[in-house]
Amino acid sequence: MELRLNVVNIYKAYNNKEILKDCSFFFDRSAVYVLMGPNGSGKSTFLRICSLLENPDKGDINYLRENKTLNHDLNLRRKITLLLPEVGVFNTTVFNNVAYGLKIRGFKREQIQKKVQEALDFVSLTHKKNQNALTLSTGETKRMGIARAIVVEPEILFLDEPTASVDQENTEIIEHILLQLKQRLNSIIIIATHDKDSAERLGDFHLLLESGKIRKL
Amino acid sequence: MNFIIESFKQAFYLILNLDKQLLDIVVLSLKVSGIAVSIATLFGLPLGVLTGLKKFRGRSLLITLYNTFMGLPPVVVGLFLYLMLSRSGPFGFLNLLYTPTAMIIAQTILAFPIIVSLTHAATVRVNPSIKLTSFTLGATSLQTSFTIIREARYGIMVGIIAALGRVMAEVGAILIVGGNIEGYTRVMTTTIAMETDKGNFELATALGIILLAISFTINLLLFLIQKKGAIKHQWS
Ligand SMILES: Nc1ncnc2c1ncn2[C@@H]1O[C@H](COP(=O)(O)OP(=O)(O)O)[C@@H](O)[C@H]1O
Ligand SMILES: [Mg+2]
Repeated sequence: MELRLNVVNIYKAYNNKEILKDCSFFFDRSAVYVLMGPNGSGKSTFLRICSLLENPDKGDINYLRENKTLNHDLNLRRKITLLLPEVGVFNTTVFNNVAYGLKIRGFKREQIQKKVQEALDFVSLTHKKNQNALTLSTGETKRMGIARAIVVEPEILFLDEPTASVDQENTEIIEHILLQLKQRLNSIIIIATHDKDSAERLGDFHLLLESGKIRKL
Repeated sequence: MNFIIESFKQAFYLILNLDKQLLDIVVLSLKVSGIAVSIATLFGLPLGVLTGLKKFRGRSLLITLYNTFMGLPPVVVGLFLYLMLSRSGPFGFLNLLYTPTAMIIAQTILAFPIIVSLTHAATVRVNPSIKLTSFTLGATSLQTSFTIIREARYGIMVGIIAALGRVMAEVGAILIVGGNIEGYTRVMTTTIAMETDKGNFELATALGIILLAISFTINLLLFLIQKKGAIKHQWS
């Protein structure tokens, strides 16, 4: 049975400023959801809370399987992942960066080799696999981040501004990757972006974050 | 002028002939400082990482304490330890005064705050996105801690090597608690101090040359590590 995410009446304030206010949405089927909204509307906050990086002040993040609510434990955390807007880069090779999630899950060497190779092929970074990841360009770093996120085969994938501050060429490459991913992966993908055109091309469902609430467009 | 040249000649003669007395002194120095830094690392590294990663009450005070103790004058450490280990002191019964063990303890005390402080600084400097990223990829908190240590590795190595450099060059503490006993607690710095005093310049000069070479090696190592750790600045 597939993993679903039900966000129920969440609130979040920073320094007494309410960012999310009675915000609810049920991500009830495998699809690409694009979350739009101007800068500062709370998209990143919403994704961080959904991916369990932060707790809401109030309300519930319910992960469901077969109508049962799952505990927020390591087991669940390992089925979801978030690509941060500022992709964290480990000071090691591109290969080791992508292998990280597999290593900490205790995968065997041969499996890691195979899966990482596949993921690198998918984002066209195979030729850079032995290079230190800190020397990648912004666009390449984003692609590496995507490879690193999908290599662990998450059931729910959150992407925060995957094409922000990336040049035109890399934006096209990344969009192409995401469109392929959509066909390949039968899972929930939630993308936050403030780019309307990009959102139009990628999303099955378009959501708008406004006044602390999510509304379907 | 002549006696300087003569001292250097004799010094090189001692070094090239691998003079037994000279060699013993060098080996003891390396042993005492090496063991001291290892022990200080064993305890200092986890403590530095802990204060770098966790927020708790008294943390800032602890950090101030590390930094204060980093500049601890070796003679003060020597004096303190002497009082502790002297026959009438609280640990007098251990009979450790004027032994290599006492010297190791003294240098461990000197190395410890350097390692803690520089490990702490290296850990704090790790980009916060590393912690978040490792969490989002499904790491446990222990795995995340190890990842952060790995990211801080160059800074931590710098701390360990800096500590080694400091204790190798130190004379005050080990002179007081080691007593500079020939063939037993004599190390490079204490021998240089004493032989110079007595006007025996050959051995002192030979040891000086070796000490300088070791110090040069340590600094070269520091330079190489810092250069390697600076890879992220290639593009900026
Ligand atoms: N950790 C934080 N501390 C204080 N304010 C924050 C924090 N995170 C976000 N904010 C504030 O919350 C608001 C929403 O931010 P964010 O979720 O990043 O919006 P978006 O991703 O839509 O641009 C902004 O005003 C931002 O300054
Ligand atoms: Mg944002």
